[in-house]
Amino acid sequence: MNIIVCVKQVPATTEVKMNKETNTIIREGIESVINPFDTYAVEEGLRIKDRAEGKVTVVSMGIPAVADMLKQTVALGVDDCVLLSDRAFAGADTLATAYALSMGIRKIGEYDLIICGKQATDGDTAQVGPSLAEKLGIPHATYVRKITGIGDGRIQCQRLTDDGYDDIELTLPALITVVKEINEPRLPSLKGMMRAKKAEVAVWTADDVGADKAQCGLQGSPTQVIQTFVPVHDVQSEMFEGTPEEQARKLTDRLLSMHFMKAGE
Amino acid sequence: MASIRIIPEKCVGCKLCVASCPFGAIKVVNKKAVIMDNCTLCGACVSSCKFFAIDFIKDEMGPSVDLSAYKGVWIFAEQKESIASNVALELLGEGRKLADKLGVELSAVLIGEKPDSAAQVLIAHGADNVYVVDDPTLRDFNDESYTDVFAQLIRTYKPEIVLMGATAYGRSLAPRVASRIGTGLTADCTGLQIDDESKILMQTRPAFGGNLMATIICPNHRPQMSSVRPKVMKPIPADPSRKGNIIRPEINIPAVTSTKVTPVTDNNGKMVNLAEADIIVSCGRGMGDPKNLKLVEELAEVLGAGIGASRAVVDSGWIEYNHQVGQTGKTVGPKVYFACGISGAVQHLAGMSSSDTIIAINKDPDAPIFKIATFGIVGDALEVLPALIKEFRERL
Ligand SMILES: Cc1cc2nc3c(=O)[nH]c(=O)nc-3n(C[C@H](O)[C@H](O)[C@H](O)COP(=O)(O)OP(=O)(O)OC[C@H]3O[C@@H](n4cnc5c(N)ncnc54)[C@H](O)[C@@H]3O)c2cc1C
Ligand SMILES: Nc1ncnc2c1ncn2[C@@H]1O[C@H](COP(=O)(O)O)[C@@H](O)[C@H]1O
Repeated sequence: MNIIVCVKQVPATTEVKMNKETNTIIREGIESVINPFDTYAVEEGLRIKDRAEGKVTVVSMGIPAVADMLKQTVALGVDDCVLLSDRAFAGADTLATAYALSMGIRKIGEYDLIICGKQATDGDTAQVGPSLAEKLGIPHATYVRKITGIGDGRIQCQRLTDDGYDDIELTLPALITVVKEINEPRLPSLKGMMRAKKAEVAVWTADDVGADKAQCGLQGSPTQVIQTFVPVHDVQSEMFEGTPEEQARKLTDRLLSMHFMKAGE
Repeated sequence: MASIRIIPEKCVGCKLCVASCPFGAIKVVNKKAVIMDNCTLCGACVSSCKFFAIDFIKDEMGPSVDLSAYKGVWIFAEQKESIASNVALELLGEGRKLADKLGVELSAVLIGEKPDSAAQVLIAHGADNVYVVDDPTLRDFNDESYTDVFAQLIRTYKPEIVLMGATAYGRSLAPRVASRIGTGLTADCTGLQIDDESKILMQTRPAFGGNLMATIICPNHRPQMSSVRPKVMKPIPADPSRKGNIIRPEINIPAVTSTKVTPVTDNNGKMVNLAEADIIVSCGRGMGDPKNLKLVEELAEVLGAGIGASRAVVDSGWIEYNHQVGQTGKTVGPKVYFACGISGAVQHLAGMSSSDTIIAINKDPDAPIFKIATFGIVGDALEVLPALIKEFRERL
C-alpha cells in the first residue's frame, strides 16, 4: 500500500499581516507549523502502513524552508519527503496548487491512496483535495471521519455530512480529505527523531516534474485577490446583572423583543 | 496555440478518454486513441487517461475563452428527497440580484432521482429556468457523477456565474467541477457584488478563521464560480404565480463510477446540521461534567436549536465531534449563538464570530468570549440555564 499525504505549512497563528502592495500574506517573522488537519492526514497514512505493508510519502508545495517541516514527519514514521519548490509555483490559487501537486505526484509514481487535510487554516478553502483528485482523474471523498476498510483495490470510509454521514466506497487509487475526528496523532519516537536528523528531502522544480509553467503559480491562477481588509467587530455588549433568575428574565425579555424569536410560536 | 496529441507508445486503447470526451471527438482505431477534427481542445480527456498518454499544451494566460459567449447566472439547487435545501433558496435570492443587475436570466440546476417537485419551488423563489437532470443513479449525492453532469451542463449552456452552497456536499463538488472546467472558484463567500464597470463578480470571503476578509475576482475564465456560506444570503419570498421554464437537457450520465454512496442520517434525535440552524446552544468545559449537558440539550429542545460544543468538550469525549464549532470543527453563522461555559479561545471564535447575536454565559467576567458577545451574563451556567429554560418554556 503506497500512500501519499499532502501537507501544507501555515502560520502558527491566524492573526495576519498583509503586504499592501502585492496583497499577499507576509510570512516572514511568523512561526510556521504544519496545517493542523494535515497532522491527522499523516497519522492516518501511518496507521494504514502499520496494518498493511507499504510506504508513506509526504508532499508539499512551498518555500525551501518547508523542508524542515517535512523532516519532522520522518520522526513519526514517514518514509519519503518531496518538496515542490520553484518561483514558478509562487502565488498559486487552489487550481494552480492542485495542478502542481498533481504533477509532483505523477513523478512520485505508483500510489494507492492520497490523503489531504480537510482544509488549510490560512485560506480555509478545502478546495485543493477535490481539485487534485480531478487533475489525477481519481475518485475522492471529503470530510472522512473513519476508514472502515481498505484492500482489494477499494477503500470504505465514512464521510461527515451536514446531518449525519455517508458510507462511501471508492476504487483505488483514490483521494480522501480527513477531519480531526479520524484519529489522535502519535508523538515522535526517539528512533524516529534520529532518523529525521539524517532524512533527505527531495526538492523538485517545475521543470523537474514536467509542469507547464502557464498553469503554475500566479500565472496559472484564474482567481486574483484584489483587496483584503481586517473586519471590525464593533460590538456593544449588554450585560445583565442580578440573581440567575433575574438575569434569565432580562435576557429572555431582550431576545423576545427582537424579531427572530416570537412568543407563541 | 493549444495543441493535443496521443502518445502512441503509452496508449493502450482502453477507451477511458472516449468516455470522458464531451464532444465525442475521440475514437479508438487499432487499439490506439485518435483525436478527430471536432476536438475543441477542452482538455477534459487529459485527466481521464491513467497512462499519461495524452499530451496537452494549454493556451497562454489572458482570456482563454471567449468571455462574451458566457451568459446567465446559475445556482446549484441541492436537494434531498426532492425537497430543495434552504441554501438553494438563499442562492436564488442572491442570484436574482446579480442576474437583474447584469440583465440576464437566473437558472437553477437540479440533479437527482425524480427531483421535479422541487423545480416549481425554485421557480417560485426566483428561478427563470430550471435544468432538471433526473436519473435513478443520481438519487444520492455522488461527486463523480454529479461532476460529470454539471460539467457537461456548463460546457453546453455556458453560464457566466455559478453559485453553489458551501455545504458539506457543495464544498466537495464545486472544486471538482471548477478543476475539470479549468476555471477559478472562490470558497465560502459571504458577499457577492457585480462591479459597475467591468461587470465582473466581486467575491468577498473570510480567511484565517475570519480574521481577514478578501475580495477575489476571476477576470479571464468562465464561469466565475463561488461557494456561498449558508445562512448569509436572504431568499426572496415564494411567489407561486411566477412562471419559469423547466429544461431537460440531453446529458450523458456515467453508467459506472468508482464511487458508491449510502447516506446515513445520524442524529440520535439531536439536531446536528449546525450550518442550517437558526439557533445554536453551545457548551464548553465550564459545564463541568458530561451529565450537565442535559441542561444544554433541554434549552436547545425548547428553542428548536442545534447543539454546538467547544473542542475541549469534544476532546473529553462528552459529545461527538459532529458538534464541534471552531477552527478544527464547523463554521457556523446562526441568528443566535449561546456560549455556555466557553472561554472564547481564538480557535473557537474562528467558527462562530459571524453569528448575528452572541450570548455568553460564563462565571469569569474577564473571559474573552465577552469581548464579542452581544449579551453577557456573568454567572454560573448551572444556575442560569435552568432559569432560562423555565423562562422560555413559559413564554415561547
Ligand atoms: C490547532 C488548534 C485548533 C483548535 N480548534 C478548536 C476548535 O475548532 N474549536 C474549539 O472550540 N477549540 C479549538 N481549539 C482549542 C481552543 O484553543 C480552546 O482550548 C478551547 O476552545 C477551550 O474550550 P472551552 O472554552 O470549552 O474550555 P476552557 O478554556 O477551559 O473554558 C471554560 C470556561 O468556562 C467557564 N466556566 C467554568 N465553570 C463555569 C460555570 N459553572 N458556569 C459558567 N462558566 C463556567 C470558565 O470561566 C472558562 O471561561 C483549538 C486549539 C488548537 C491549538
Ligand atoms: N501547498 C500545498 N502543499 C501540499 N498540500 C497542500 C497545499 N495546499 C493545500 N494542500 C492540501 O490540501 C488540503 C486543503 O487545503 P486548502 O484547499 O488550501 O484548504 C490541505 O489540508 C493539504 O492537505
